[in-house]
Amino acid sequence: MQRIDYPAIGETLYTSKLPNGLPVFVVPKKGYRKSFACYVTNYGAADRRFTLAGEAKDTPAGVAHYLEHKMFDMPEGNALMALEAAGANANAFTSDAMTAYHFTCTQNFDEDLRTLLRFVSTPYYTQESVDKERGIIGQEIRMYEDDPDDQVYMGLMRLLFAHNPLRDDVAGTVESIQDITPQVLYDCHRVFYHPSNMALCVVGEADPEAVERAALEILTPESAPRPGRDYGPAESLEPVRTRDERAMEVSAPIFLGGLKLGPASTGPEAQRERLTAWLALRCLYGRSSPAYLRLYDEGLLNGTFGCSADYAAGQGFVIFGGESRDPDGAYEAILAEAEAVGKAGIDPALFDRQKKAAYGSQLRALGDFRSLGVNLAEGCFAGYQPLDGLRELEAIGCDDASAWVREHIVPGRAALSVVRPKEAKT
Amino acid sequence: MNCVREIRREIMPGVYMTCLQTDKFKTGLLSVNLLTRLSRETAAKNALIPSVLRRGTVSSPDLNAMAARLDSLYGARLEPAVRKKGEIQCVGFWADFVDEAWLPQGEGLLEKVAALVGEVLLQPNTRGGLLLPGYVDGEKEKLLEDIRARVNDKISYSRYRLTELMCPAEDYAVDVLGTEEEAEAVGYVALTRHYRALLASSPVEVFYCGTADPDRAERAVRDALATLPRGELDMDLGTDIRMNTVEEAPRVFTDVLDVTQGKLAVGYRLGAAMEDPDMAALRVMNAVFGGGVSSKLFMNVREKLSLCYFADSAVDLMKGVMMVLSGIEVKDYDQALAEIGRQLQAVKDGLITDEELHAAKVGLMNDLLSAADSAGALESFWLGQNLLGLEYGPEELAALVEDVTRDDVVKAAAGIECDAVYFLRGSEEDEDAED
Repeated sequence: MQRIDYPAIGETLYTSKLPNGLPVFVVPKKGYRKSFACYVTNYGAADRRFTLAGEAKDTPAGVAHYLEHKMFDMPEGNALMALEAAGANANAFTSDAMTAYHFTCTQNFDEDLRTLLRFVSTPYYTQESVDKERGIIGQEIRMYEDDPDDQVYMGLMRLLFAHNPLRDDVAGTVESIQDITPQVLYDCHRVFYHPSNMALCVVGEADPEAVERAALEILTPESAPRPGRDYGPAESLEPVRTRDERAMEVSAPIFLGGLKLGPASTGPEAQRERLTAWLALRCLYGRSSPAYLRLYDEGLLNGTFGCSADYAAGQGFVIFGGESRDPDGAYEAILAEAEAVGKAGIDPALFDRQKKAAYGSQLRALGDFRSLGVNLAEGCFAGYQPLDGLRELEAIGCDDASAWVREHIVPGRAALSVVRPKEAKT
Repeated sequence: MNCVREIRREIMPGVYMTCLQTDKFKTGLLSVNLLTRLSRETAAKNALIPSVLRRGTVSSPDLNAMAARLDSLYGARLEPAVRKKGEIQCVGFWADFVDEAWLPQGEGLLEKVAALVGEVLLQPNTRGGLLLPGYVDGEKEKLLEDIRARVNDKISYSRYRLTELMCPAEDYAVDVLGTEEEAEAVGYVALTRHYRALLASSPVEVFYCGTADPDRAERAVRDALATLPRGELDMDLGTDIRMNTVEEAPRVFTDVLDVTQGKLAVGYRLGAAMEDPDMAALRVMNAVFGGGVSSKLFMNVREKLSLCYFADSAVDLMKGVMMVLSGIEVKDYDQALAEIGRQLQAVKDGLITDEELHAAKVGLMNDLLSAADSAGALESFWLGQNLLGLEYGPEELAALVEDVTRDDVVKAAAGIECDAVYFLRGSEEDEDAED
């Protein structure tokens, strides 16, 4: 394996690409008892249309997530139970962009890793088990239907995107999952769960060579073509509609504003872009930004406020929101700030301060095994190395961040999703 | 170094400091917690105090100045910490900051952060000795928003409602943020008085984890807290453990809200096991019953009957209660409740397979050993241990868990009784509309 040292942050990365196309990343951590491993496929809820043996396939909303639930089934039993019985804390998640299977353990790491690789590469779906899962996932979907944060987010995605499957819930709907059969799951597994479409990331007290050996021994040696994906017609930078409102059992209005950034780039350029966006948003709306503190003081925002630039299904987008007694007022004020900063540029003193804080924040994130592991996979799929982040960050200047604001945070392109308390509905 | 060295000392009258020296983490953590009785009359005032103090100090008088100062300390974070541990309310701040080893010129960051923690606690921005009315009103509004927002997350709301309904005559019923009425009644003069009394009468728990040696960390904290007033300390803080249920049969409560999924919450008293609690056995008992994916609740309520996506149990060993939470269809209420009861009976009857016992134990041990790898988890663990007067760390507790037998689990479960059932459901009309 190739060894790359990052002396400035005290980390070492071991990486290699196996003959079957699987990228492997290991970040050893000394002095820790726990190890974290994730085996991640570059396949998320948004990857619903694809080509299989030259034939276009269209799968129901929620299929990637359904597959995640059923992936744990093995001919000899349930892999989740096997990992738990070995003392590991195992789980999985599906996002729009990826499906990740992961565990944390404090002993028997090699054995658990082999279990992980084996079950994720073994499709085993029976009609009975697929049918039985429908009740469980149905209850999961019902839980999201009562979750205002989930509802305000989906409201925004439907305002922003005309065609992209980001419009649909990750878990699908109670109706859409009725159409999921074992065959659909087998097809999706075949296309997207080949090692060449995945990444294996380990953080913790682990031997890099042993990790590579396990992957070589368990996974298929064959390589495979990259799956073709179809996210529908190109999206414009304008939203479909600019406002959505629904009423739910909440105490105060919840709002989420957002806008599209256009097609997401890949490669080192993507890293630079993402870090620039991150820094620019810190300066604009971060916890120590003048705008956030002013709106907090005025009572328009509270500690639930957050903002981020996210990337999935070929698209970049910015979201910002939280609770507010006056969601429209907060939204307008936030956009007005972007307009003013776009014109005047970011205050260089503020930028320097934020960059110093960003350094601390990146360093702090290295201590979170799970987020480091998932970031390694995310960076791999987008073509960059997250551990280069601190060096890349150094190269970004105040003018770059100001230019990013001017180019991307264009108030005319924004949309607002609101969840209001029931009583407020007239 | 790499090893963890743990030391606990009384560094000032009634101020206890736990130090974990390790070079494992890239960030250091410092928390200062005032301990006070959780009560309906004072919970909201206590919860409000750190947020008001955090608005500004004598030398960094407003949020902008505070933000600039924290940013220049390499993005150090300093946040209010308001926690409920049994019937004790822990009120103060936690800070985390880059460890000096990773800074180009970061000498003395621990001292600078400690000084800032001391400043927000002891030298708030005041006028005529009173907390600023603008800060108090602003934070009061936010506290009210937080209190009202409890209903937004239906799962935690169900837990909160069950606690309140199950323990009507106990301080345990009080939410850590207090009540809306109490929060609304707060004024800046009374809050200032309350703040000064809280400072003078509260025992304090300080926690530090990082590379600095304990003597240096202690010095930094003693300097930062030098002006902490020490009056008559409330040293009888503790939690009343109720051994039996409030009524003979479980009380049943229902709330109707406009929701699609019902939330079932079941509350239990742990009973006789709390007389001389075997903490490891009680934790294993909970893990076998409903602590994870190998537990009886997950295996039966979810996997076998497909009634839910989640069904978990949790124990509060300070108070001696256990709660089960699950999201179900309204029509499945009877079936789910019966199954939860059946699984608890199985634990009491010792119908626990070797695999179940093993999975519960290794899962718990994994959690405990992993906790030793996180500064935040260590802080919370030690605060709990210190309040319980227990001296062992997560590794030692993991070793105790390993020795737990099936008989120990049966003994831990023997006295458990269901005290209350809470159900949050949609209205009948909504159901009809769906049919």
